[in-house]
Amino acid sequence: MSPRRPRFAVPSRLLHWLMAVLVLAMLFIGVGMAATVSARYGLLVSIHKPLGIAILVLVVVRFVNRLINPPPPLPATLPAIQRLAAHASHVVLYALMFILPLVGWGMLSAGGYPIVLCGPWELPPILPQGAALYAALRQLHTVLAYLLFATFLAHLAAALFHGLIRRDGVLESMASLKLEK
Amino acid sequence: MPGDAGDLAGAPPKLSALATLVRLGLIGLVVLVAVAAFAYAGGWLSPDRLTQGRIMSAFDAQNGRHPGFRRNHAKGICATGWFESSGTAASLSKAALFAPGRVPVIGRIAFAGGMPFVPDDAAMVRSLALRFLPAGAEEWRTGMLNIPVFAVATAQAFYELLLASTPDPGTGKPDPAKMQAFAGAHPEFLAAVGLIKANPVSSGFADATYNALHVFRFVNAAGVSTPVRWSAVPVQPVAAAPASGDKNGLFDALITEVAKHPVQWRLMITVGQPGDPTNPTLPWPADRPQVDAGMVTIDQLSSEEGGPCTDVNYDPLVLPAGIEPSDDPILSARSAAYARSFTLREGERGAKPPSAVTPQEVRAGGKS
Repeated sequence: MSPRRPRFAVPSRLLHWLMAVLVLAMLFIGVGMAATVSARYGLLVSIHKPLGIAILVLVVVRFVNRLINPPPPLPATLPAIQRLAAHASHVVLYALMFILPLVGWGMLSAGGYPIVLCGPWELPPILPQGAALYAALRQLHTVLAYLLFATFLAHLAAALFHGLIRRDGVLESMASLKLEK
Repeated sequence: MPGDAGDLAGAPPKLSALATLVRLGLIGLVVLVAVAAFAYAGGWLSPDRLTQGRIMSAFDAQNGRHPGFRRNHAKGICATGWFESSGTAASLSKAALFAPGRVPVIGRIAFAGGMPFVPDDAAMVRSLALRFLPAGAEEWRTGMLNIPVFAVATAQAFYELLLASTPDPGTGKPDPAKMQAFAGAHPEFLAAVGLIKANPVSSGFADATYNALHVFRFVNAAGVSTPVRWSAVPVQPVAAAPASGDKNGLFDALITEVAKHPVQWRLMITVGQPGDPTNPTLPWPADRPQVDAGMVTIDQLSSEEGGPCTDVNYDPLVLPAGIEPSDDPILSARSAAYARSFTLREGERGAKPPSAVTPQEVRAGGKS
């Protein structure tokens, strides 16, 4: 029996799971489209761009929500090192979810590509066109995406560690379907 | 643990060492499955899968490494001008550039193939790539070649053709047995080559007809979708082959011509019918009607060195609303391979030797 701990607020849980699906989809689409020459490439790219902007918007919403609905405190029994790892990994996750779409947007700007969202909706370039700038941002986009996937893996493993080994209610505070806190 | 009585009171029963190990193993397994799925999506678990990287390697094997150059259509020059839309194609496509009026164009004229210093030869396939930039509206990029159909129907066949036509390091020539084996396995290739060989070849860049080899769909304001192909048909008469034999002879002839007067092509839209093939090796029936969408005028050429087309990826999937790709799989393959080529060459800019046609040569009016 896990001890009953305060849960995340409902909007926090909704945003977390929605973004979990979107970010994971984004990582898999991204790594797939960077390699493939199959007929799916065009479709993957046309999903990747608007999805990235959606994640950029959602992470801002989520940051504001976090200020309104602060997360429940971690159990006091959690060793200091795990507490530090938890906080650091969350900072990295938020930072990457914010920076990766911006790097993608900047990279397309520097490469002279139109930034098409859907149909005739386009975003303006945020950086001047330039070969070296494009190449650097394209490389950075890949490196940061791998870092985000690695951080996701650590996050997943830590969540399961809380749920299966420590059984301290931390997993349930996010993975609960109950409406009350 | 003072001050956390709640945790202590509700602490779960201790796990046995074995149970802890099993649960840790389960966590490890979940992480491993996630990593494996990611690696699969990235193509790392299937070395036989055709990827952008393997297409690039095949180009390098055929042409040698030429840092900073396009992996295909490597030798070219920039061409600027405008498109004067007749408005006729607006009934087929809602794209802004087809409304009557003038749209700036940044183009590139090149030889197909990955060798940036290959001597000019009218027997080589030529290309005209155009970027239409309507003010305040979506741009359109398209590449066209002076052949009637594409030689292969899939990215895999294109890759196999690249391998089969790569010179053998021993003889310096492609192995005829490999080409024969490829042709034997791809009857559509032989049929397409027959059409390409039967197509009359013009002498230079200005008098060539360039065809978008792929089928697209035009969508009009009412939402009606029509299969189309398009061609740039020259206004200037077909001229005799330039006899200079110079390494940049065809480019110089074009530079000389544009120095005297602009060169022009009519953008002809061929209107298909439902059921017309989207396979790029197959032509459409000759009776399909054509619509004259307007005139492309090129009045200025420039070297790729600092030219306005150099940092442009003529990606066939950069399309405005009103032009959509068909189900031709080569379109996605081109888009993917072009993106990789673009990323490579932009990153290699510092190591790029000067392009074959230099700014001095263009300024001198074609005397190299």
